[in-house]
Amino acid sequence: MRLHVEGIGLAGPGLPDWAAGAPVLAGRAAYEPAPVVLAPSALLPPAERRRMTETVKLALAVGSEAVAGAGREAGDLPSVFASSGGDGATITAILDILASEQREVSPTRFHNSVHNAPSGYWSIATHSRESSTSLCAHDFSFAAGLLEAAALAVAEARPVLLAAYDVPYPAVLHAVRPIHSTFGTALVLSPERSVASLATLTLSLERGDGAETRMAAPALEDLRTGNPAARALPLLAALAEGAARDVALPLMAGNLLKLAVVPMAPS
Amino acid sequence: MTPLLLSHFALASALGAGRARTVAALREGRSGLRPCGFETVRLPTHIGMVDGLDAAPVTGALSAYDCRNNRLALLALEQDGFLEAVAVARRRYGADRIGVFAGTSTAGILETEQLFRRRDPATGELPAGFHYRETHNTYSVADFVQQVSGLSGPAFVVSAACASTAKAFGNAARMMALGLCDAAIVGGADSLCLTTLYGFHSLQLTAEGPCRPFDEARSGISIGEAAGFALVERADRAEGGIALLGIGESSDAHHMSSPHPEGLGARLAMEKALASASLAPGDIDYINLHGTATRVGDAAEDQAISGLFGDRTPCNSTKGQTGHTLGASGIVEAIIAALSLEQGFIPPSPMTMRLDPALRSRYQVEGQVRPLNRVMSNSFGFGGSNCSLILGHAP
Repeated sequence: MRLHVEGIGLAGPGLPDWAAGAPVLAGRAAYEPAPVVLAPSALLPPAERRRMTETVKLALAVGSEAVAGAGREAGDLPSVFASSGGDGATITAILDILASEQREVSPTRFHNSVHNAPSGYWSIATHSRESSTSLCAHDFSFAAGLLEAAALAVAEARPVLLAAYDVPYPAVLHAVRPIHSTFGTALVLSPERSVASLATLTLSLERGDGAETRMAAPALEDLRTGNPAARALPLLAALAEGAARDVALPLMAGNLLKLAVVPMAPS
Repeated sequence: MTPLLLSHFALASALGAGRARTVAALREGRSGLRPCGFETVRLPTHIGMVDGLDAAPVTGALSAYDCRNNRLALLALEQDGFLEAVAVARRRYGADRIGVFAGTSTAGILETEQLFRRRDPATGELPAGFHYRETHNTYSVADFVQQVSGLSGPAFVVSAACASTAKAFGNAARMMALGLCDAAIVGGADSLCLTTLYGFHSLQLTAEGPCRPFDEARSGISIGEAAGFALVERADRAEGGIALLGIGESSDAHHMSSPHPEGLGARLAMEKALASASLAPGDIDYINLHGTATRVGDAAEDQAISGLFGDRTPCNSTKGQTGHTLGASGIVEAIIAALSLEQGFIPPSPMTMRLDPALRSRYQVEGQVRPLNRVMSNSFGFGGSNCSLILGHAP
């Protein structure tokens, strides 16, 4: 499968957006971790904006950035949302309440607890009635989302938005499922080349264990292994470097998603 | 789309485990709903519970996966020779050429809920023995099914609330069309838990009595649990009587927990399904509705149906029998559609006492024995996620 990357969104510690993060990932600027600051999306009506969780803010921030970079209308794009854990804070709050005598779950919290909450808010924010799916594949969620987004773009012959994001769990679940940072990324992938195309991405599914691409810088490698969505970093680094690179992302059961990244020649 | 065979399928719900029990209950108009006595839950509502799961742990090499959700998935996989059929397919295609595209909304969260009650009062820590990846994580059901089936192809979980296991057919269709796999297991499981029982109650969406789809006095859903799986193969490479002919997916762009009042997203999903099957509304013989029996949900779906099909196409909801099995409702109702096609009947809607006169679609309370050629199945969920499937006889 051959796709064109048209827009990129990024939010992680010390990587506030793609413009600021790309030089760091390309090794042209020093990596200085800093807390991720997320603002509620201005696209949403005030009532929905108040209800946004960190996960929703993160997904909408990176999705909006990628779509703006691609110069596309967000509402026109089918979308794939991928996350390992959903909104851990919301789920923990519900688990706490259910362990109490009262068991009075907040209705807003309950609807925010669904894995597809970011997809739902995105659809409301962008007035999009296009298809949207929400996936989970534990540590392989980014690669699974990329595989599905590529398949969708090719099958439907139209550009597609992929957003992948994970946030840390509160303490109790963090002890059993440590996610060490807030990290999100988004890509607009198109089967056709356009003026916005940044690189071509050729995907293939192969068998093979242990051949995954890692980050050279230790701090970025820690970021990669500390958050399932940050498994995207080797691909993002290849896109940032602007040189042809092969990237291997592991999938479940001994599968590898092989990516050949070739930047567009400057026109 | 190119039609895809549902060469084998299996399910377990409150109507019983396996095809024979499901068909018998549906044809007899028997409901699996009963007053809620699940776990420590004391809510004034009815539920569709699967019996026997407490006494059927996952043991052996996969014992870390033991939780109610995976027990339910295993119960479904063990019905009607399904795992044997998967083994035949595995030898034919190769383990890595068969994908697993499963859906769930809450996976094994019941066990996490129970562990949260047993946290250390001093430190707040969970007791030992929590298998997060194998039970709590949303992916756990696909991981479990892949391992039980001895498969190693691409796998993931679709978690788009109550549209999850309907949408998973779309993932399988795309992966197979692009040659990323030759066959797939599509389905999933959603089991009873406190999160959904108390959550839907907090939204005032649960009925006190058994849910009554399209009834004048309907007052909400009855939550059920179920699992179901279909082995999906290409029509030129396998034998089978029932095929997926079309699928349509859309979003509401309206609200997180209530549908678009005119059912615009629902209608769009049905239109896309018809287009993908190259069919017109008049080609559909029966629609198995989402029909959860909420006031607004049924009214919105009715608007979408009557707008697209007028009042000609027989339709009803089987949620009065199974309960609303949430993330599993897509696969359960796809299998009910397949059984209706195979055996030539429209199930009754026994919990619907008096049809709401404000609703205009041709809702069928009585069952009917008649040959069916094409059946549509609707699944809509939180986040405004919609999916419509069309099944028919294999070409």
